[in-house]
Amino acid sequence: MIPVTHYLILSALLFSVGVAGVISSRNLIVMFMSIELMLNAANLSIIAFSRYLNIMDGHVIVFLVLTVAAAEAAVGLAIIIAIFRNRATINADRFSLFKR
Amino acid sequence: MMLETAVFYAAAVIAVFGAIMMVLQRNPVASVLYLILSLVAQAVLYVQLAAMFVGSLLIIIYAGAILVLFLFVIMLLNLRGEKIEQEKSPIPTATKLILSLLFFVELVMIFRQFSTMPTSEYITDAGWQFGDVVPVAELLFTKYLYPFELTSILLLVAIVGAVIMAKREKGEDEGEM
Repeated sequence: MIPVTHYLILSALLFSVGVAGVISSRNLIVMFMSIELMLNAANLSIIAFSRYLNIMDGHVIVFLVLTVAAAEAAVGLAIIIAIFRNRATINADRFSLFKR
Repeated sequence: MMLETAVFYAAAVIAVFGAIMMVLQRNPVASVLYLILSLVAQAVLYVQLAAMFVGSLLIIIYAGAILVLFLFVIMLLNLRGEKIEQEKSPIPTATKLILSLLFFVELVMIFRQFSTMPTSEYITDAGWQFGDVVPVAELLFTKYLYPFELTSILLLVAIVGAVIMAKREKGEDEGEM
């Protein structure tokens, strides 16, 4: 059987790609998708742990995380639509309210 | 045993490839499609980890619903042509890459302590296998009944929030879109 560390390192790699996407991308949609990717990377390690510890509770937790991700996507995309309607751009540099 | 390793490495490479291409793409539609590729590869890994139910949920909910919602929004805003020009950022790209690389190294250091974790075999009852719909549903409706019911409230709040957020204000440039 594949050692659990393989799955964990894969999950760490996916999470780091998500982090890189959030901090380097200027496109709001790509930033948002990177956040979804990070959620999925965490899910992968939860599933790996629940398999190797033989506890199925991890599956329920992943189920709840999927629900949260769906809610987050709905609200986040609504925010993006509202921003686009006001500023006509999804470039994250263009609507930073705090920067002057 | 050989097949298991081969499937793991193939799915892992595809998942990481899809994730990296998603970040690098300029076109948001291609970005979404690469994320779907990555998610399907992750679903393969879920199935390999005996999580049949959650793996199919990942494809049905994530690839089927959430990412299609992303595609809808991209089409709705007509972003296909928009070029997101890179403005001069105060932080150079190399610094960002090094930061995420350091983050990866940090995570690997943490995960190394699990290398001695023993591998165990599936719990298999007469009627079901580990990770099937029946045992997960049983947990969901007994031990985790309360959080499960709370998710319905979460989804309700999300629906109301999304409708209010995306609603056009009265009298604000109507008939434009």
